[in-house]
Amino acid sequence: MSTVDGPTLMPDSESAKDAIDRDTRRGTRKRWAQPLRNKWNDLPRVQQWGFLLVVVAVAYLLPVINPLLITTEPGTDWPIACFQMSVFALGALGLNVVVGYAGLLDLGYVAFFAVGAYTAAMLTSPDSPFVHIPYLWTVPVAMAVTMFFGVILGVPTLRLRGDYLAIVTLGFGEIVRILATIIPAMKGQVGFQNVGRPPGSGADGVPIFSNSNGTPWYWLTLTVTIIVLLLAGNLERSRVGRAWVAIREDEDAAEIMGVPVFKYKVWAFAIGASVGGLSGALFAGANGFVNNQKFDVVTSILFLAAVILGGAGNKVGVLLGAALVVYIPLRFTAIAPYKYLIFGLALVVLMIFRPQGLFAARQRLLAYARAAYTRVARRDAAESPSQPSKREAK
Amino acid sequence: MSNQNPTSSAAPADRAARDMDPAIADVVAPERDIAVEVGENIMEIKNLSVKFGGLVALDDVSFTIKRGEILGLIGPNGAGKTTCFNVMTGVYKPTSGQVLLEGQSIGGKLRHQITRLGLARTFQNIRLFGEMTALENVVVGLDARHKTSVVGALLRLPRHRREERTAIERGMALLEFVGIADDAAMLSRHLSYGHQRRLEIARALATDPKVLCLDEPAAGFNPAEKEDLMALIRAIRSDGYTVLLIEHDMKLVMGVTDRIVVLEFGKKLADGLPVEIRNDPRVVAAYLGEPEDDVA
Repeated sequence: MSTVDGPTLMPDSESAKDAIDRDTRRGTRKRWAQPLRNKWNDLPRVQQWGFLLVVVAVAYLLPVINPLLITTEPGTDWPIACFQMSVFALGALGLNVVVGYAGLLDLGYVAFFAVGAYTAAMLTSPDSPFVHIPYLWTVPVAMAVTMFFGVILGVPTLRLRGDYLAIVTLGFGEIVRILATIIPAMKGQVGFQNVGRPPGSGADGVPIFSNSNGTPWYWLTLTVTIIVLLLAGNLERSRVGRAWVAIREDEDAAEIMGVPVFKYKVWAFAIGASVGGLSGALFAGANGFVNNQKFDVVTSILFLAAVILGGAGNKVGVLLGAALVVYIPLRFTAIAPYKYLIFGLALVVLMIFRPQGLFAARQRLLAYARAAYTRVARRDAAESPSQPSKREAK
Repeated sequence: MSNQNPTSSAAPADRAARDMDPAIADVVAPERDIAVEVGENIMEIKNLSVKFGGLVALDDVSFTIKRGEILGLIGPNGAGKTTCFNVMTGVYKPTSGQVLLEGQSIGGKLRHQITRLGLARTFQNIRLFGEMTALENVVVGLDARHKTSVVGALLRLPRHRREERTAIERGMALLEFVGIADDAAMLSRHLSYGHQRRLEIARALATDPKVLCLDEPAAGFNPAEKEDLMALIRAIRSDGYTVLLIEHDMKLVMGVTDRIVVLEFGKKLADGLPVEIRNDPRVVAAYLGEPEDDVA
């Protein structure tokens, strides 16, 4: 193999471009982000878990601490703001599966959020003529229903690519909103009052989960989010995540390498939809009220903005991006009326200077690669101690 | 990975090379019954015609690929080589005719099903998954034989864990085999050009093909790299794979193939041993230029 390191012919401009890209990579670009990620990856598992434990503990304590300067009060009650961030982040996590992993542009994601919210409302609210079930049961039902809707939307449309898919999903989002307006059983703007809540009350007889106290709802949503995060991680580091990323990178090549492209696209849609439905059901419960006003195109775009801002494909980045998108208008109420202007500008700037998002990180797609990669890195280091080790992608 | 030169000797007629232990095939597909005897037809291309509107890209082309051989498919630019390739791998539907793999027609099958039937290919213009590491690229190929369901992956059921573990081993073995194991953790788009080509071969091998189709694998290589590539192709054949090779470089084709099919203007011009092809006046006229050229 000695010769492959010799001069290579560059038969076309594409490979020349690759070479330039490679050189810039090794040079200045992303250098500041590299050490941090490497340092994190080099930590032993125990330390990683320990660090994560602290982060999770802080996250749980967030509404209780109510930190000065960070708090959104007096504009918005801080625990409720926390809940809004978490429920939006959960939804964005679902959209991340569709957009970030599989690379399918979904502009109507709010439709799934709406379906989840309406499912929870219509099965618990006294305004609804349907069967009533306990609130907590509506959560899995909402997931199942939205998953079904995801498949319904996905099967006819996922043969489309790129822009065409975006247009169809945009239409789907509007259809759901308009149906909520014109179907009498869905009560349009009047909506459903007194959506159910989880059982339980404190010592003084006040229910734990109330519409005015955001903290228990935040804790519930945070717990659900952590579970979804772990499950999404499992999918990422499996043939499913690899299939999604392969489809995103090169759909034709993926199919020729044996990836059942259509099947995995539908799965991405179904899983993304069910997480959206889950977050919609939690939103409906905490708000206690659902009508057709919250589920417009702009909310879809905000979900997408959260994913892009955080870094499409990076679960944790997307969580932070979503939290930011909700937090900024709540915290800085003076600029809240201009939030779309500001987000729009921010996205334009981001696309120019950092198209991979604020927290770019590549997916890790293998469950047990750590040992193999470490072995290679060690061998590299042993063979050429003067060379910087080739572990940039780890 | 300083040197992985296989033991097969240079002469393509030397069948003794086949008797070496099938190392990589063992690792990649231990369940498979590996046949290295050159013998019956593994693939038949029957009366294949492809028309794009008024343009006839392939006109009634028939040939066979025998198990365990390296078949070269050559022809001048625009002769229909890549079209033929694309029909065989299901990218295009033929206007008429059929392609049989082990007696089974691939017509009407989806592309990923064709891959699972045992037909893998590389691309003339490299098409790796750029944002994946080299190892992950290969494991995507290995996934073609995996059986974990989405639920199994979600809950990390035992089969998923078992398949993931073996995938790492097999993937690393494949990278080792093509000589780029040191780059396992690198994003594939950061690999050098030659290593990207090798990674494509490793990824195709990972799908455990019966027939491996290489579309101009030596494009852009210097002579020394071509030499290495020939050695690699022979090593692949020695492991029990059948190889179909599209190539421009006459020296490479003559040096490595057992048999050659020549296409010109969408028609089959000739079919035979490299020696016969080299001396076939029609082929020489159509393609090779003067007989005493750099062919030998």
